[in-house]
Amino acid sequence: MSEPRITFDNVSRFYGEVLGVNRVNLSIPPGITSLVGPNGSGKTTLMNLMTGLLRPSRGQISVLGIPPDRPDDLFRRMGYCTQVDAFPKGLTGYEFIYSFLLIHGMVESEADKLTREALERVSMVEAADRLVAAYSKGMRQRIKLAQAIAHKPAVLVLDEPLNGLDPMARAETIALFEQWGGEGRHVIVSSHILHEVDRISDQVILLSHGYVVAEGQIQGVRSEVKDQPMQILVRCDKPGMLAARLFERDHVVEAKVHEDGKGLLVRTRDADSLYLLLNRIVMETGLEVETVAPADDDVNSVYQYLIGEGGGTV
Amino acid sequence: MNWSQIAAMPWMLWRRQVAAILRLELKKSLFSKRAWWIYVLTLGPVVVTALHSLFSRFGEHTLAEDTMVFAGIFQVYFLRLGIFFGCVGIFSNLFRGEVLERTMHYYFLAPVRREVLAVSKYLAGLVAAVVFFVGSVALSFICISMHWGPVFQQYLFHGPGMAQLLSYMLTAALACAGYGAVFLLIGVMFRNPMIPAVTVWVWENLNSFLPSLLKKFSVIFYLKSLSPVDVAPDGPLAILATVTDPTPAWLAIPGLLAVSAVVLAYAAVRARGLEVSYSE
Repeated sequence: MSEPRITFDNVSRFYGEVLGVNRVNLSIPPGITSLVGPNGSGKTTLMNLMTGLLRPSRGQISVLGIPPDRPDDLFRRMGYCTQVDAFPKGLTGYEFIYSFLLIHGMVESEADKLTREALERVSMVEAADRLVAAYSKGMRQRIKLAQAIAHKPAVLVLDEPLNGLDPMARAETIALFEQWGGEGRHVIVSSHILHEVDRISDQVILLSHGYVVAEGQIQGVRSEVKDQPMQILVRCDKPGMLAARLFERDHVVEAKVHEDGKGLLVRTRDADSLYLLLNRIVMETGLEVETVAPADDDVNSVYQYLIGEGGGTV
Repeated sequence: MNWSQIAAMPWMLWRRQVAAILRLELKKSLFSKRAWWIYVLTLGPVVVTALHSLFSRFGEHTLAEDTMVFAGIFQVYFLRLGIFFGCVGIFSNLFRGEVLERTMHYYFLAPVRREVLAVSKYLAGLVAAVVFFVGSVALSFICISMHWGPVFQQYLFHGPGMAQLLSYMLTAALACAGYGAVFLLIGVMFRNPMIPAVTVWVWENLNSFLPSLLKKFSVIFYLKSLSPVDVAPDGPLAILATVTDPTPAWLAIPGLLAVSAVVLAYAAVRARGLEVSYSE
């Protein structure tokens, strides 16, 4: 049996004449998937479509086989932590989570148990009896997260979940995402903190101006960007000599000795040929190579190549 | 849909969900700072009628006159202004208010059918409106005549007073139910509910001057039919008023409830298509 997926089939959404997202086709497997793109690229629209807060102008969406216009089924399996920093008035952190678990139809003891577990998960037990209105930005972010995960959903959608969190809370939250992704759940994250996205993502979806520019595992996406030479960092004892040998080849565009003098940053149009050449040089010259690693197959580099400065602020 | 399909629906789950939503909504509907003017609409007639009792001098008027004055207050103030605009404030904000406060998505992200959500919110609004306005009607009725002392007690407990009071309370409750459904629908359908609300208000107030058939397409016509003391149109425009036989209570009460149910059902269907886009 195939694994459950979140699918977008030729989905478009327009706000009047303004484009939200256009012709989106996606099939998102379990694990951590990051949505990356500048402001206005369609990340939140995509999440709102997935969760039924918005309806597509065209196309079909399915979340684990459930259409988003059936909230009574969908939200037993899904949790969504939005970017919106507003809360129902007069509720404490505990009441905020507990009240909405009761709306699931749970009995009070079950709702109480899950509320306490969720509060513990985000380290908010001590502040649980204070009004949400009195929370700091980071605490509000955590209580929203707790509310989204309280019913242990199979799909967790998080719009900029790391905003406002201090480094400690950020690390804890990322660990939570990694654990959930590792358990075979879907974790869909949008974040502008690219190095963190890069660290945790199993796959990325790059968006620009309402279009999906690229999707998949980041290394795979990088290898598809043919017009940008790959950057490879070779840590070795004689970078100058290596540079001279590499320049004999057409596919090597640039070779730059690393600042510490113990490595060479090579830009090549043909990474496979470079690796073969490197093997030969080692055999012939006795060059001592410590590591060979791609230097630009991270989200940030791919983002710059595909969307670039013109894409706006990430 | 047959009876076995209806019976197989998750009624117990819906009952728990309605209870949970009522718990959240009642607090908001009854104790909202934004709804201060509804408290004014509620307490205004109580204060005025209490002042009337405090400052009335013996022999200036009769209990029958006070009864007629209250009938006028009920039809002109409560039905046409207080309850009407109170219901605008309470019911049209059940959805629209949440959008303005950017909290609507919490409900939309819960595993609850939009129809159940709409009915729950309506019930919360109805409880609040009934507490406010039926309470206000009852207190005003007592306050306006309390200076009659034992005579009023006799009228209330051994005369027609209690039946009149209960009729006024029932009519006020039905007004809350009817207008509540209409304004819930308006709140679901329109971004700015005031323009359609004022349109409904004009229609309801033109009722006395409409032909008999058109009169029946209003809430006020049935409410007036249920009022225990009839108040004849007065003033220069009275000549334009058309006379129509009042609808009997056995028809007016279920009729109003049925119309409220139909409007509520339509509001629930419309709620299914609601989207959350706070940037609008």
